[in-house]
Amino acid sequence: MTTLGATAEQEELRDSVRRFLADRAPLTRVRELMETEDGTDKGVWEQAGSQLGLQGIAIPEEYGGAGFTFAEQAIVLEELGAALYGGPFLASAVLAATALLASSDEAARRDLLPAIASGETIATLAFTEDNGSWDPSTTRLFAAKTGDGWRLDGHKSFVLDGGSAGLILVLGVADGGLSLFAVGAGSAGLTRTVLPTLDQTRKLARLEFDGVTARLIGSVGDAAAIMDRVLDTAAIALAAEQLGGAQRAFDMAVEYSKVRHQFGRPIGSFQALKHRMADMLLEVESLRSAVNYAAAAVAEGAEEVPIIASLVKAYASETFFHVAAENIQIHGGIGFTWEHDAHLYFKRAKSSELFLGDATYHRERLASRIEL
Amino acid sequence: MPQPEDRSDAYLAAREAALGWLTVNWDPQLSVRAWWARLADSGWGFPTWPEDWFGRGLSADAAAGVRSAFLEAGALPPPASLGQQLGAPMLLLHGNAEQKARFLPPLARGEESWCQFFSEPGSGSDLASAQTRAVLSEAGWTVDGQKVWTSGAQWADRGMLLARTNRDVPKHQGLSFFVIDVGQPGIDVRPLHQMNGEHGFNEVFFTGAHIDDDRIIGEAGDGWSAAVTVLMYERFMASLPTAMPGRKAGQLDEPAGAAVQRAAQARSSGRTGVSELVIDVAARLGESGDPVLRQRLAALWATETINGYLARGGLSDRESRRPSAHGSLTKLARSELVRAGRDTGLSVLGAQGLLQDPAVPGGSEIRHRALSSPGASIAGGTDEIQRGIVGERVLGLPKEPRTDRDVPFRDLTIGTQRQAP
Repeated sequence: MTTLGATAEQEELRDSVRRFLADRAPLTRVRELMETEDGTDKGVWEQAGSQLGLQGIAIPEEYGGAGFTFAEQAIVLEELGAALYGGPFLASAVLAATALLASSDEAARRDLLPAIASGETIATLAFTEDNGSWDPSTTRLFAAKTGDGWRLDGHKSFVLDGGSAGLILVLGVADGGLSLFAVGAGSAGLTRTVLPTLDQTRKLARLEFDGVTARLIGSVGDAAAIMDRVLDTAAIALAAEQLGGAQRAFDMAVEYSKVRHQFGRPIGSFQALKHRMADMLLEVESLRSAVNYAAAAVAEGAEEVPIIASLVKAYASETFFHVAAENIQIHGGIGFTWEHDAHLYFKRAKSSELFLGDATYHRERLASRIEL
Repeated sequence: MPQPEDRSDAYLAAREAALGWLTVNWDPQLSVRAWWARLADSGWGFPTWPEDWFGRGLSADAAAGVRSAFLEAGALPPPASLGQQLGAPMLLLHGNAEQKARFLPPLARGEESWCQFFSEPGSGSDLASAQTRAVLSEAGWTVDGQKVWTSGAQWADRGMLLARTNRDVPKHQGLSFFVIDVGQPGIDVRPLHQMNGEHGFNEVFFTGAHIDDDRIIGEAGDGWSAAVTVLMYERFMASLPTAMPGRKAGQLDEPAGAAVQRAAQARSSGRTGVSELVIDVAARLGESGDPVLRQRLAALWATETINGYLARGGLSDRESRRPSAHGSLTKLARSELVRAGRDTGLSVLGAQGLLQDPAVPGGSEIRHRALSSPGASIAGGTDEIQRGIVGERVLGLPKEPRTDRDVPFRDLTIGTQRQAP
């Protein structure tokens, strides 16, 4: 196992991402973008790709990426989570890119990954359906072999950035098992409906497939294994985002409690608040240790990744939401207003908790995975 | 689970050097007394002490490397009463030359065991409110009062005593720090029975106990600073199970080889993680399929696993977080784990949990841990004190206003007194 401490290069990466987001994607901008359909500032997305190389950070150089590891990507995700960045990073650089990297399809990797790495293409992975299950084995969307290709019939829902993605990787059932397909956003027979979301910074869509022509990625029946890897990696990626959000919401609470006075004292001097914030620090620091450990495990392809993925997603979900809710409580009335940013973290915390399965779901998976 | 190798150069270098010395010098045929004397002369017994005083001036990190060398070599670790762990560092900072020369050699060689007379019935978290008094006369100091939670007092040759020598000044300014001989008529050591049936601690009554005038550490009224030193070291205390030092325990003349085997047994017992224990008992009772219980078992396993990550890596590379704060956080994390282990463990036992000796392997261990659980969040600074430390020293939150700093001690109400005497 590599060292758990961050290297100087990693700290430099963190600083540059943080500065970039503070400058180009502050919360005032997040608020404007969350009112739009795709939630993305094209200029910021392009600059993130062309100048900072963020979308391709964990994509190998042979596919146009920067060739760093998941440990570096986790740092980027943490900063994006702290800033409540609303663009399609998790969908494109994590879900879709990991699916392609996990497949055995060298041609598809060469065709599709370079544009994902540069940010030119926004991709996503459509695997959930109306039943809301995170378990790929419940997939109903049907894939049929045609003369020289495939046609897809059915639907997908809760698709992250499904309304704005140009490339959609679709999980379907073929005669032969779960299989992965690629579909262009402009394909005939594809209808996309953007879904209003609880967390306006997280864009979801429902997709209808009516005889949509698709390209098979990998081979028929190999998508169950691909999805195992994608979902574990994505759970840890989301946990890194949740860590960033939790830390930021926590910092807001601490700072406010130092300046807000009631009864002639800063409210942070009251043990009722001080002790709760000490507990919150313990949670956030525990989450940080767990995310660092998990990110290193993914970077090294450790066997224990499935166990750690569910461990860390369950813990991150509870921690971020707890801290975000406490942040509002510590702010009191002002924290309940639309103008204050606290509710943005509350909503992101709740949506991140539910997305990819909540703490209860992941604890059950953890129980199975440690052979309980 | 893979163990991250996250060891510093200092750790590795100290480990290797100590291992080299131990390989040549460890001899299980020696008596404990002779082995510890040899160890004291080498500086490897107490590597953080200065070179002039039985040490090597190494960092705490390097000392951890030395400890691992003892395990690797299978050698008997150095003596580890509170005298060696807390008394010596306190003497090195606050003792005068004569006191160091008198007390450090027998501590280094394990000829003495010390205990700590700090807590009192009326002074738990608020240690500086100690009421035990020491009065100076021509014959020396005379001590009257009561201490509590003194571990090892029944074996101790001497004790570190925090006593009040002036009631007319604010409480922190009227305390003095002494080294007192335990085996004297004015000191009565009685076992203290805990709610789990054990008696690991004592209560100690002082009735006209005597201290020579030259056993005060620093000046009269300066005792709090030495006490703070002891408390600071207490948070970082790390030692390996070993033989008991001191004349009363009677282990000095045993062969060191026999002592190291007993220590190794002490190390291996009680090592099982609580989640492993509880999960194992759940499986034996055929309860692992219950979905609600599975949630709790997985949560317990997760808490213990994440605590491990936190203990190894958390905060270490964040410049705003100091190690003392890390100690408070891991202690809070431990309290939470102990509570979760208690509740999940007893739920797993169900009706069997009603019994003194549950009829399932591991059941008695769960019961014992459950009845010991409150200790984790009280001993060594309550959870509430730890949260205060974290809130004020790490997060920089403003302090609670205090009413006890600027008034004479005699005007304060202490413990459960109805009013100040």
